[in-house]
This record gives sequence, C-alpha cells and structure tokens, in this order.
Amino acid sequence: MGKLIRFLPLILVLALGVVLYRGLSLNPQDMPSALVGKTMPSFSLSTLNDGNKTVTEADLQGDIVLLNVWATWCPTCKYEHPYLVDIAKNPQVKLYGLNYKDERDAGQKWLQHYEDPYVFSIFDEAGTVGLDLGVYGAPETFVIDHHGIIRKRFAGAIDTRVWRREFEPLIAQLIAEKKQGK
Amino acid sequence: MIPDLVANQIPELVPELGQLALTIALAFAICLSLIPLIGVHSPQQSSLKRLVGYAKPLTYGMFIFTGISLVILGYSFVIDDFSVKYIASHSNSHLPYYFKISAVWGGHEGSLLLWVFSLTAWTAAVAKFSNGIEEEFITRVLAVMGMIGVGFIAFTLLTSNPFERLWPNVPMEGRDLNPLLQDVGLIIHPPLLYLGYVGFAVAFAFAVAALMAGKMDAAWARWSRPWTVGAWMFLTLGIALGSWWAYYELGWGGWWFWDPVENASFMPWLIGTALIHSLAVTEKRGTFRNWTILLAIFAFGLSLLGTFLVRSGVITSVHSFAADPSRGIFILMLLAIAMGGALTLYAFRANTVASFSRFAFYSRETALLLCNVILVIATVTVLLGTLYPLLVDALGYGKISVGPPYFNAVFVPIMSILFIIMGIGPLIRWKKAKQGELRKQIFKPSVLSLAFGLLFPIVYGGEFNALVAMGMILASWVFLVVLREVVNQYKIQGKLTLSHLGMAVAHAGIAVTIVGVTVVSMYESETNIKMSVNDKVLVSGYDIEFKGIKNVEGPNYSAQQGQVNVYQDGEFITLLKPERRAYRVQTMGMTEAAIDPGLFRDVYVALGDPLPDGAWAIRVHYKPFVRWIWLGAIFMSIGGILSMLDKRYRRKKTSKAAENVVADSLTSSVAANNTKVTEA
Repeated sequence: MGKLIRFLPLILVLALGVVLYRGLSLNPQDMPSALVGKTMPSFSLSTLNDGNKTVTEADLQGDIVLLNVWATWCPTCKYEHPYLVDIAKNPQVKLYGLNYKDERDAGQKWLQHYEDPYVFSIFDEAGTVGLDLGVYGAPETFVIDHHGIIRKRFAGAIDTRVWRREFEPLIAQLIAEKKQGK
Repeated sequence: MIPDLVANQIPELVPELGQLALTIALAFAICLSLIPLIGVHSPQQSSLKRLVGYAKPLTYGMFIFTGISLVILGYSFVIDDFSVKYIASHSNSHLPYYFKISAVWGGHEGSLLLWVFSLTAWTAAVAKFSNGIEEEFITRVLAVMGMIGVGFIAFTLLTSNPFERLWPNVPMEGRDLNPLLQDVGLIIHPPLLYLGYVGFAVAFAFAVAALMAGKMDAAWARWSRPWTVGAWMFLTLGIALGSWWAYYELGWGGWWFWDPVENASFMPWLIGTALIHSLAVTEKRGTFRNWTILLAIFAFGLSLLGTFLVRSGVITSVHSFAADPSRGIFILMLLAIAMGGALTLYAFRANTVASFSRFAFYSRETALLLCNVILVIATVTVLLGTLYPLLVDALGYGKISVGPPYFNAVFVPIMSILFIIMGIGPLIRWKKAKQGELRKQIFKPSVLSLAFGLLFPIVYGGEFNALVAMGMILASWVFLVVLREVVNQYKIQGKLTLSHLGMAVAHAGIAVTIVGVTVVSMYESETNIKMSVNDKVLVSGYDIEFKGIKNVEGPNYSAQQGQVNVYQDGEFITLLKPERRAYRVQTMGMTEAAIDPGLFRDVYVALGDPLPDGAWAIRVHYKPFVRWIWLGAIFMSIGGILSMLDKRYRRKKTSKAAENVVADSLTSSVAANNTKVTEA
C-alpha cells in the first residue's frame, strides 16, 4: 500500500494531461454555437440601468444587431471597451450589451465611468440568457440579423484586427441582404 | 556590379546562420543528454568512465550556440530584415531601436527562443558554479537539463522557427510591434519571468538526478537550495514587474486580474515558495525528503503547464499568443514526458526508509509543514479556477466561466491562515518546543499587532473597518515576529548569517506587500469627471486642473496629450500628461496614463474621450500605498539574493570525510546547532 501511494501523483498528472489534450481540440475562439442559424432565444429581463424596464428578444429585432456579453469582473472586457465605443458609432449596426452574472451597482458604475456604448444592456444576473446562448465566458459577441436570427458567435475580445477579419465581411453581407429585402 | 550583388547577398544569409546555430545547439543538447550518462553508468575501471568529463564542455557548447542564435535574431531585428516572417509581423522600421530589440520576445517564436536561451544559461551556470558538488551527481543534473533542452530546442525548430522566411514576397515594411508591448517594462518583464520559470528546471534536474542516484540526502538539498532560491527570486521580480506594467500601461489602474496567464506564473511561484522552505527542512533536519522531491517536480511541471496554457490557445486571455493546436500538442507531449518520467522514477525510487529524525507537534517542522500544505492548497485552488472552465468543457457539461469573485473568495482566507502560521514558524524551535516558551515569545508581537491593526483603520480612514484591521494585524504580525526572531538570534550568536538575514528580509517583504494590497483595495478611489479647459475639481484631497490638450508626435504614433495640473492644499505638485495615442501601423488606439508616484499614494490620471464643446472625460484614480505591493516583492527578491550569497553554499570542494560528518549529524537527530558548528 505504501508503495502504491507513490503512484498517486503520476496518476493525477496523467488524468490532467487527458483533460488538457481534450482541451486542445476545443478552441475557445472558434465555437460555432449550436444556435447559429436559429432565432435568438426568448427572454424577459430588466435592463441594467433601469430595474423597472423589462426588455425581451423582440426589442432586439429589426436591425443588424451585435450582442456583446460583458461583465465588470472581466479584465478582457476592459481591453475591448474602447473598440466597442468605436463600433457603436457605426450607424449600420446596433450594439446591445448582455451584462452577464454581474452586480447591478458595479455594472452601472462601469458604464458611467467608461462611457456606455450600448443601446441598452440586458441585466442577466443569474446567467439564464447566457446559458441559453451557450456563453463560455466574457467577452463574447453575437451577430444577429434583422430577422432575429443568430448568424455568428465570437468568443474573445474584439479589436481593430479582429473586427476587420471576423466581423466586417459578415456585416457587409447582412447589409446587402437587408437592402435586397431578403 | 558583381561586388554590389555580393554585398546585397551577405545580410540575406544571416538568418539562416541563426537557424544553423540553433540546430548545432540541438546537436549539443542531444549529446549532453546521452553521452555523459554512459560514463556515469560505466564501471569504475572502464575507459568509458571518461565520458563523464564531457558534460561541462557539451553544456557550454549548447549555451554558446543558443546565444549566437538569439543574437542573430536580435541583429536581424535591428537591421529591419523583413524577409524574416517573424520580424515582418513584429517590427517596423520606425520602431525605436530598443523596442526592436525587445520585439525579439514580443511574439511566440522569439519568446520561445528566449526561453530556450534562459534554459541553456542556467545549465551553463550550474556547470560553472558547481565546484563543491560530486562530479557524478552534477553530470546527471546537466544531462537532465540537456534532455529538457532537446525538447524545447526541437519544439522551437519544428513548430515555431523564428527564422522562417517570406520568400519571394518580401514586404517593404513590417506590421509593427503591438503597442501594448512598446514599453520599458516589457523589455525586462519576459526575460525575468523566463529566468524564473526556467530556473525551476534546475530544481527539477537536481530532484531527478537525486532520484536516479538514489541519493536524497541533506547534501542534495544544500546543493539545490541556492539555485531554487535564485529561480524563485527571478520569478518574484518577473511577476511584480508584470503587475506594475499592467497597472500603468493598461490604463485601468488595476494591478492583478486573476487572468489565466497571470495565474500561470503565480502557481509555480506558490509551489516554489513551498519548495524553498521544504528544502531548508531537508537540509537542516533530514526530513520531508519525498515531499521536497515532489515539490521540485511540480514546480517545474507548473512552469511547463503555464507555457502550455499561454502557447496552445486553450484559454483565451489578454496576453495569449497566437493559438496553434500543433504547438499545444508538442508542449503537452513535453509535459507528459517530463512529468510522467519524473513521477514514474519517483514512484519506484522514492525513499523507502522513514525519515530519521522525529519531531513533536509543537516544532518548527510542523509549522513549516502546515505552511507548505497551505501553499499547495492555494496552488490547487488557483489551478482549479484556471482550468475549471476547460475541464467542464472537456467533460461535455457546457461552458462556464470563473472570474475574480471566485479567486478572491477562496484565496484571501487561505492566505490569511498561512500568514498566521508563517508568523509562528521562525520563532518556534526545531524538533520540539519547550512548554510555555512559544507563548512567552509571541505574547508581545501579538498584542502589538492587534493594537496596531485595530487602530490603523480608525486613524487612517477615520472609521473602523474589519477587513483593513485584519490585513494590518496580519502584516504587523508577520513583521514583528520576524523582527523578534532576528533580535533573539543576534543576542545569542552575536551575528547573523546571510541566509538568516535573507529569510527575515523576505518575510518583511511579505508584510509590506500585505499592507499595500490591503490599503489600496479598501481605500482606493476612482472618479470620472467631465472637464473643460481651466476647470478645477477636488478629488480625494487633490485639486485637479485641466489645462487643455496638446498634439504630440511620437516615433510611430501621434498622440493627444492632456495637460493636467495637480495641487494639494493650493500648492502646485506636478503637471501630469496622460495621452491617447494612435499607432500609425497597427491603427490601434492606446491610453497612456500619467502617474504622480509616491510612497504613500499615487495620483493616476487617464484621458478619456473628447466630449462635445471641447470638454474631455478624465479619469482620476487615488491609489494609496499601491507601491508597497511591488516594494514588498523587491524586499523578497533582496532576501533571496542575500540567502544565495551565504558562504556555506560557496565552499570549495570539501573532503569526503567532512561531507560525511555533516550528513551524519543531520540524519542522526543531533540538534541542528551541531551542524552549524561543523559548517562554521
């Protein structure tokens, strides 16, 4: 028995190795959500800035929408924030926030301190919308077309390069689709 | 025109020379990991025994050729050779020359080369400064280092070659270094961090060599100690520098984010801290041998895991390098071979004999063991928090995320317990403390620290605050106890050894860091204000006056620079110039905060966005005692240096007989004082 226990560290490390190996095949930057091509899951929650105002998935419809999952506990969201402020200036898309597993006070303070880029932020304290969307962590950004169908999911921070590579072509395509009245 | 052609051709071959040098280094590493071991395992009379002597020359060869390769990459950066893919994507001809040099480690390939260079530098240092150590033993150590070298040089050459060319479409200009990395802190942060990470490879090699030789005694611990402390010291400085850099460069005023990459460097630090204490016990008392070996293996294992997490892209983070699964698999294989091999060896060769010296419950051994266990628990909680999202994902239970709420909730209580015991550790005797003695020793420090801690928030903050009180009690407790212990020692012995002084300074450093963390977390303030030119606002006792915006041109960016005067009680203190930079090549914006630093407070000003009618959003942070966080780390490192310089680590080769006396006295449960006499 005393001898066998010496194998314990080895066994633990091997188990960890298997998990890490599995982890390699799951790239967090590229997780095509099962929801791509489906409609936005329904929800009814208050907005971050106004606890009495209830919003639903219908409030997001009609425009080309970016839904950005963020939280005050997420350092990468701070990195991403200035780019979101830029994106919000683009008249062809509407940027909404999903304030994910956060405290209302902290979230409101953040928006006051760092400028609010969102039309509004959905206050998802329990993470239910996040769960329906299959959110992995913050930040994540979903692209939803004017019919309310999820077209893309991106995990990680947006910056200028990412925006050009990952979002611009799709947004251009969606604008074209909208013009043709599809 | 032929001479011209030749002149043009010559620099073009330089990168290939770098690659060739690295390949030669690989050949040296392969030889180093095989040939000397043949010598070690040959019978005494055999002529093959001479192969042992090859270990050091092969080590120097590996070091020199890796160095040449690194220098060549640096040279190619300086002359703007954009035909090299790595340089084209991480440099630009307008980049100042010092950033061109630091850009060598600004991306994955180059920083890996720096990693390899640190490894060979440590190996060469071990070969050079190992006069007091048995030749066969040091040969084994060097061979193990050679094996690690083979793995990582091969990794560099096969998956991440920094010398890869962009033929035939050579770009005219490079894509520039990420503006976040164009900073003095980033010139020295990675090298220090790597020296720390890789330094644990030395501790690992010593542990594996001890297992191979079946010789896990006090002598082994003494040989390994200065190297481990050295690695720990570099890692401490590297982490502190990273935290400082994040503080002033990211413009958020935060100093620790529990980001996966930060955790990757913090885990080896925690285990390394446990290791240096465990080594001390093994050296002085001959106990904890298996435990020490395991810690040495895991300290390096976590360094490798850190490398894996950063390089493979399994975790998204601000500073993850470009993700590439093939690289991830390669590192995972290296990790599996290193850990699997060492732990299998451990399973078969670990000490079967129970430790010789016993110790009572009230003893320094118990205190150190408890601290060690707590440090391991702390490491596991950080590891869980870092890997949990990945684990849940791998098991197919969906995706979740873990943020600072988890880390703060778990980590703070664990560390508080650690600090309480850490205070007792230095005061309690080895083996068995006398009844009542400890109580007498700790009476005064505990009363004083309670009084100080309870009063501090009232005096400093104007009202009682339990968290501040707790932090200050712990900090003054750690400090007063170590002070008391130093005074005791000085009274008894009339002098202090350097390693003893080093311990005291490092513990005092922990106290300083606790003060910094406590005060800045509880009393910092952040104010966002809209300011027009000549507006004056009072923030945390400072008058902030906005004097307008200047346009400034940098070498590769243009900036809007705010002119902000800071006054206290009507008296002018300083002019702060926070900037918003636009980097021309990367078309990326950056906020550059301006800080008025002070020992007791920082005033930190960041420029926000322009608002209508010429006003600007300006963010002012008041950060009391924030410098103490890094000051404490500097103390810890100085403590490390002092203890490394202790002369007992630098004794010239002792005769076999003297060595045996030391070993005997250590293992036969003679009081530790006897060994001190022998050593003196």
